[in-house]
Amino acid sequence: MTPRLQVDELSVEFDTDEGPVLAVDRMSFTVGPREVVALVGESGCGKSVTSMAILRLLPRRASVTGSISLDGRELTSLSETAIREVRGRDVSMIFQEPMTSLNPSFTIGFQIGEVLRRHEGMSRKQANERAVELLDLVRMPAARTRLREYPHQLSGGMRQRVMIAMAVACSPQVLIADEPTTALDVTIQAQILDILRDLRADVGTSILLITHDLGVVADIADRVEIMYAGHQIESGPVDDLFSRPQHPYTVGLLGAVPRPDLLAEGGSRRLREIPGLVPVLRGLPESCVFAPRCTRATAVCGESMPPLARTGPEQYAACHHAGEDSPVRKGIQA
Amino acid sequence: MTVAVATELTARAQQRRRLRRRFTRRPTAVIGLVGIVVFVLVALFGPLLSPDDPNATNYNAIFVSPFSPGHLLGTDDLGRDVLSRLIVGTRASMEAGVLATLIAAVIGVLCGLFAGYYRGWLDTLVARATDVLLSFPFAVLAVGLASILGPSLTNAIIALAVSLIPTFIRVTRAEVLGLREQDYVQAALVSGATTRFIVFGHILRNCLTPLVVQATVAIPGSIIGAAMLSFLGLGEQPPTASWGTMLSESQNYLGQAAWFALFPGAAIALATLSFNMFGDGLADVLDPKGDQ
Repeated sequence: MTPRLQVDELSVEFDTDEGPVLAVDRMSFTVGPREVVALVGESGCGKSVTSMAILRLLPRRASVTGSISLDGRELTSLSETAIREVRGRDVSMIFQEPMTSLNPSFTIGFQIGEVLRRHEGMSRKQANERAVELLDLVRMPAARTRLREYPHQLSGGMRQRVMIAMAVACSPQVLIADEPTTALDVTIQAQILDILRDLRADVGTSILLITHDLGVVADIADRVEIMYAGHQIESGPVDDLFSRPQHPYTVGLLGAVPRPDLLAEGGSRRLREIPGLVPVLRGLPESCVFAPRCTRATAVCGESMPPLARTGPEQYAACHHAGEDSPVRKGIQA
Repeated sequence: MTVAVATELTARAQQRRRLRRRFTRRPTAVIGLVGIVVFVLVALFGPLLSPDDPNATNYNAIFVSPFSPGHLLGTDDLGRDVLSRLIVGTRASMEAGVLATLIAAVIGVLCGLFAGYYRGWLDTLVARATDVLLSFPFAVLAVGLASILGPSLTNAIIALAVSLIPTFIRVTRAEVLGLREQDYVQAALVSGATTRFIVFGHILRNCLTPLVVQATVAIPGSIIGAAMLSFLGLGEQPPTASWGTMLSESQNYLGQAAWFALFPGAAIALATLSFNMFGDGLADVLDPKGDQ
């Protein structure tokens, strides 16, 4: 399986008034055809920066190194005009905030149609017809009526459907979904995930899912990349990673997920938190970035940041003490 | 399909009806609108409406008092019919008000849009230039520019337009700075939209409301400004009639014929008041939070 999207040694550094900040450090991952890869981590760990780097939409004070290729085509060296053709056609994106991601002054039909007119050169009429199909695809009730409506006439879930319809209008190869369900209530969340699943099956879109919701990950992802403070710290297929987490941070994340089923079995009632905060990185780390919050930390952790090392057939972790004494409770499985 | 079209039509009709009701419920706004319509009609059809030749002098009928037969508003120091001069002079005032505002709006909005969207050195340059121009009072700037350009109506309009540009830049730029950070602008970037569509579609469309309101404030401002420049001899040149030149001519005769100054002054005040009342009403109607 040749990867559709290949990110290799991607680093992003922001030049701020307080000096350079390393937002992403040598991130490497691939997304295969029809594959759903989840980027997981706390707020500020570099998930969204990674996705914006793929689309080349970072502000000018960000310096990006490494390689990003789509079907073998290098995106980092494309001209501004060429990357604009890629955006929305080959790689598109949906956001966390459906309430504010649509322009309040334009109708739904116009906004979906704009993408089609721009990338597919459709006429207004063709674009309208296609927009109806797209709204049907995202299971929008009364699709034709919606075309003439304005965003304020739709609920959050419906707006997110419109955003998805816009994002998949040109059948993109990769869809980047940046916390697509965070702002929606759970019933709508499940519907949106169903729609994403269908898109993968029907349109053949690969999905890069950015989230901190492990429930969503377990539900839809094939592979998971765990990020912490700009570093990729664990990577692997979702089942392996959830059943045999190697990095103490992954273990901690899984321990912080509410599990009503465990509670019913008489498991521990309290969620376990990870003490401390994500550090802001100024320059390359001289010790393991997670060491200050880590229960396994020893002297060696203060000396160097461990590289990703293989811990299973397809699983990798960046930890000096990978897999040791993992306090995995019985029953934590995807 | 037909059902869809029907509901859509009613939705739009409802929206329009709601806006109209919000407007008509404000009597000041309606009066303002009526005033504007009257002034615009007079400006357009002035020469046809004026009872006399505005430039015909009659030395046998100097300072005829108002409400005399044949001269409803009396005659001036050269025996010219004041009503006719007032009517014909409306065009110069309206032209100055509308044209100066239009020119200022186009230039100011363009500068504000690009400065606010691109930021960087362009923005710094535009914003600092705006600050410099705004540090002069409007009247001083307009008089200064008009005297450099030389006295004529065209130059007066140019001077007024230039003096109005900085406020339009400031209003637009402030809006753009907020709008460019909106999620839908980000979403448009992500979907590969061109800069032109983002700036003129997404952003300009959403700053129209404050701009329309700004324009209704700028028009009366430049009507007064034009009258001021003519009064100082920097605008429309005599013998051509304009409200400002009439005021200027009247000042020498305030002791003998005070009413001579009253009529052009009243015309300026009424025109300004109409635009201001309309503008206030419009601002209320266009503000989505203003619906009680």
